[in-house]
Amino acid sequence: MSAAVPAVPTAESANRSRRYAFGRAFQALCFIAVVVGLMSLAILLVDVLSRGLATLNWNFLTSFPSRFPAQAGIFAAIVGTLWLLVLTAAFAIPTGVAAGIWLEEIGTRGRLSRFIEVNIANLAGVPSIIYGLLGLGLFVRGFGLGRSLLAGSLTMALLVLPVIIINTREALRAVPPSQREAAFALGATRTQVIWNVILPAALPGILTGIILSLSRAIGETAPLITIGALTFIAFLPDGPLDSFTVLPIQIFNWVSRPQAGFHAIAASGIIVLLVILLSMNVIAVILRDRARKKVQW
Amino acid sequence: MADKTMTIGQAPARVASRVGNLRQPAARAWRERLIETPLMLAAIASIFTTAGIVGVLMFETYEFFQEVPFWRFATDTQWTPLFSEKYFGIIVLLSATFQTSVGAMLVALPLGLLSAIYLSEYASPTFRRTVKPILEVLAGIPTVVYGYFALLFITPFLQQFIPGIAVFNGLSASIVMGIMILPLVSSMSEDAMTAVPRSLREGGYALGATKFEVATRIVTPAAFSGIVAAFIIAISRAIGETMIVAIAAGQSPTLTLSPLVPIETMTAYIVQVSLGDTPYGSLEYRTIFAVGMTLFLMTLILNIISQWVLKKFREEYE
Repeated sequence: MSAAVPAVPTAESANRSRRYAFGRAFQALCFIAVVVGLMSLAILLVDVLSRGLATLNWNFLTSFPSRFPAQAGIFAAIVGTLWLLVLTAAFAIPTGVAAGIWLEEIGTRGRLSRFIEVNIANLAGVPSIIYGLLGLGLFVRGFGLGRSLLAGSLTMALLVLPVIIINTREALRAVPPSQREAAFALGATRTQVIWNVILPAALPGILTGIILSLSRAIGETAPLITIGALTFIAFLPDGPLDSFTVLPIQIFNWVSRPQAGFHAIAASGIIVLLVILLSMNVIAVILRDRARKKVQW
Repeated sequence: MADKTMTIGQAPARVASRVGNLRQPAARAWRERLIETPLMLAAIASIFTTAGIVGVLMFETYEFFQEVPFWRFATDTQWTPLFSEKYFGIIVLLSATFQTSVGAMLVALPLGLLSAIYLSEYASPTFRRTVKPILEVLAGIPTVVYGYFALLFITPFLQQFIPGIAVFNGLSASIVMGIMILPLVSSMSEDAMTAVPRSLREGGYALGATKFEVATRIVTPAAFSGIVAAFIIAISRAIGETMIVAIAAGQSPTLTLSPLVPIETMTAYIVQVSLGDTPYGSLEYRTIFAVGMTLFLMTLILNIISQWVLKKFREEYE
């Protein structure tokens, strides 16, 4: 696209080369914007690794928190995060997938379904700390569940529900109508079509959405602080009604302290958290790719 | 599935399938209903979530305003509900939220928009395929990690250049929040730009426009509604963001627009009270719901505006 510059520059060609020069400068500017984003990520990761790798060892993974950074560990936080993950999944997955199926396959275009749709779009934009206030008022106080795992996971389930519903619907929408119509033409009822045809085809997509939304739940801090998850906990929860802590809250606690020793183990905790999130994302990507390869419409 | 043969004239179940009204035996229709009803209830659960949020916030906010008159909430210029001499000027928390959100947008808007233009107009497909997922990683990093980054990396970094800057300040929180929001702005704007049909670009080239002119005078205006919607959602995300400001901007409610001193946003105040042992039903306990209600209304209005912008100003092609 380079302009042929004549031997004797005319006013027009000078103008044109100025426009191209301006264009190139703009392109460079846009490129720098992309690089700034990438660099921020790189700096963040390097900073976390350089500060936290040294204190990341087996002892750290298997110890309870302590007043001394050298003895402190994240065992209780890891176990709490796993508890929270399982319970949240148990509440959110059946409800979210069922709601997605109803909205996409059964209630389509009805007035109720459109109302729910608008509602979900708005819920997805509600800040997570507001869900924390909901959990505090409803589950912790209203239902009297206290600052328990159960209250925390119910709150988290409500938080990720809109995301699971939206992802489920997208996965269902990716199944071509011809599949449905063929099954209907064979005399299948709507439930049979959903169960035997649509769900199997959409399953990898739905699973991907579920994993991604659960990984969001693992990284959330604010709503759990609001419902009162503890920041210092030297025991493991025995059941859903016990109090608990999770990785992000433990990290928050350590970051907030003035001593550099705690900052280092906060970075170690961040490494553990990021590794968990990364592996969940890798699983999600693998599932999606396998689904893409297998299914050819 | 062993189905009885259909008898013509039997009372048709009201099961409207996509391929028409199949006449089905009542038993089969019942079974369908039995499965469909729980699915519907699951969908309705989302309405209860909204009702729960509005209900809890309204109840506690009402109780709050029984004790504190609204005009004090609106006109006090100090925020000290945790002290013995109590002032309830929400403007103090609002000013901090306003400052950090505007700061974050000053970072995220230009960077996000320029990145989107690069990815949609200039980048090779390979570059885009590699870079987009990496930028998405930024969006998936937990906010507590960004808080760590703001307090322990950006702030010390800024202290080298700005002598008077406090350990807790709005500036570093704003910068990091901008980085966090960047992928949202960039990917939503890029989606809007990619949706602009090729023919519009080619029309521009045919008239002798350079690539820069096509990108800034044709593609960006054509994608404008999507870009504006992305901006508004980004603002609403910044207003509701909690951990970054709670960690890096401080917890001292000050009515100021200076980015160099400790401040306290609405979200940071909720965190501060939640970390303490506030007795249930006390005035301090109710303040967080009043603040939460303010926050909820602001983000709700912004989300509704962004949906309206998308719908109203969408450029339809073909």
